[in-house]
Amino acid sequence: MSDTDTTPKAKGFLAKHAILERSPTLLLVASLLVVSVGGIVEIAPLFYLENTIEEVDGVRPYSPLELAGRDVYIREGCYVCHSQMIRPMRDEVERYGHYSLAAESMYDHPFQWGSKRTGPDLARVGGKYSDAWHLDHLIDPQSVVPESIMPGYAYLIDNMVNAEYVADTVATHRIVGVPYTDEMIEVAAADTLAQADPDTELYDDLLERYPGAQIRNFDGEPGVSEMDALIAYLQMLGTTVDFSTFTPEASR
Amino acid sequence: MSSEDKDIDKVTGIDTTGHTWDGIRELNNPLPRWWLWTFYLTIIWGIGYTIAFPAWPMIRSATGGLLGYSTRAEVAADITRFEEANAEISAQLAAADLNTLAENEELQRFATSAGGAVFRNNCSQCHGSGAAGAIGYPNLLDDDWLWGGDFENVEYTIRHGIRNEEDWDARYSEMIAYDEVLTNEEVDQVVNHVLAISGQEHDATLASAGEGLFLDNCAACHGDAGLGNRDLGAPNLTDAIWLYGGDPVTLEETIRYARFGVMPPWGERLSEAEIKAVTAYVHQLGGGEE
Repeated sequence: MSDTDTTPKAKGFLAKHAILERSPTLLLVASLLVVSVGGIVEIAPLFYLENTIEEVDGVRPYSPLELAGRDVYIREGCYVCHSQMIRPMRDEVERYGHYSLAAESMYDHPFQWGSKRTGPDLARVGGKYSDAWHLDHLIDPQSVVPESIMPGYAYLIDNMVNAEYVADTVATHRIVGVPYTDEMIEVAAADTLAQADPDTELYDDLLERYPGAQIRNFDGEPGVSEMDALIAYLQMLGTTVDFSTFTPEASR
Repeated sequence: MSSEDKDIDKVTGIDTTGHTWDGIRELNNPLPRWWLWTFYLTIIWGIGYTIAFPAWPMIRSATGGLLGYSTRAEVAADITRFEEANAEISAQLAAADLNTLAENEELQRFATSAGGAVFRNNCSQCHGSGAAGAIGYPNLLDDDWLWGGDFENVEYTIRHGIRNEEDWDARYSEMIAYDEVLTNEEVDQVVNHVLAISGQEHDATLASAGEGLFLDNCAACHGDAGLGNRDLGAPNLTDAIWLYGGDPVTLEETIRYARFGVMPPWGERLSEAEIKAVTAYVHQLGGGEE
């Protein structure tokens, strides 16, 4: 087989490639066009396909205190060692519970799926341990899990949550698409403080705005600290979906 | 480019790209055939793959693929496979009377090892991977039980938990914080009385002064002699086993601010067989009562 003389017809067309090769600007533009095909085919459909995020009952936006706790979670880099994504595999489902659904992170900006598990997955940690355990564990992880290598976060109990900033965070999340209402933003600062106070007058209102929200003094100390916020966040993780009304679509 | 434009290298007889660097020209060798054909094959494979597996975005959803593959179906099938393999013995365990578990050796072995797996996943974070507990989290290896250590009581505690908000049937009791009830002096007297009944070093004068206070305030739950009351989860104060600590400083803290240990309910999270299994596991750790 001769290597020198192949498909003369294609040669004329393929030879036009030389035009691109000789102009850096043109090559740049053409590469961009080629790469964007990948983007259009792989990413764009996710915004209109109906089965990207299936509808499930119970998923709601984070309450202001949970959102504040989520900010602490991100700030302290919890995602570096903990994932929030139970993959559809038997061993993960056995250990952590039902595999994660897209809807469960639909109000996450940014999502906290993570990419590495030095510690366990936290997608369904809500309700698994008592508040006191979380408090002990965050102050000094080795006091309850001697074999743990997690660092302590005792200072969170001294950092108070500034409710005004939390209200701003809630408003910001609306800008990126979380359906908070005007009312929710207006009372966000009050809601932040109310969720850590079991005797709050806003108890019923808060539950109406954020169904299933847990209202307790999470860290057992007066005032609303970042510890309250973080424990409130951890205690609701993975608890919102009503799996009794959920039937998995096989086509996913 | 027509063939006349070709700039053939005289030595090799191969076309050149036309690029020259200081008179050196670049040969325009064609790609190796094996490489080119592999490349074409991957394209063909890629097309076939997108037909066989879910891939192409259509108007409302993506194509399902001819093979009908789904990760969800796969995990469901995988779970079903193991559930079916264990179905018989799990059903047997779910229906079993744990008090007679020892009569069925095979079932007991299954329950203990399955219960160990459940324990390590769900219980070890508080009670320790060896079940020895931690400060504030009971040791399950000894025979000192707060709420009872027979099969029924252990199972009830696991199923409903303690002092949690999720389960209305959770075990509940609440110690009073005596900080605002007793004076500083009285707290000191009660501390010394507790030190006395638990056989520790104490101030005899303070201790005898504290006895009356103990009978008035503490004995309702802990008993006149401080032996505790399992119906209320009130610990025995006369033994050397302490949940939070038996030294004077910790005792004072406990009396002043009380304790409120919470255990989540597991009835909703675990299956019937898993609850029985972990009950059997905890029961055989060392302190199980008949």
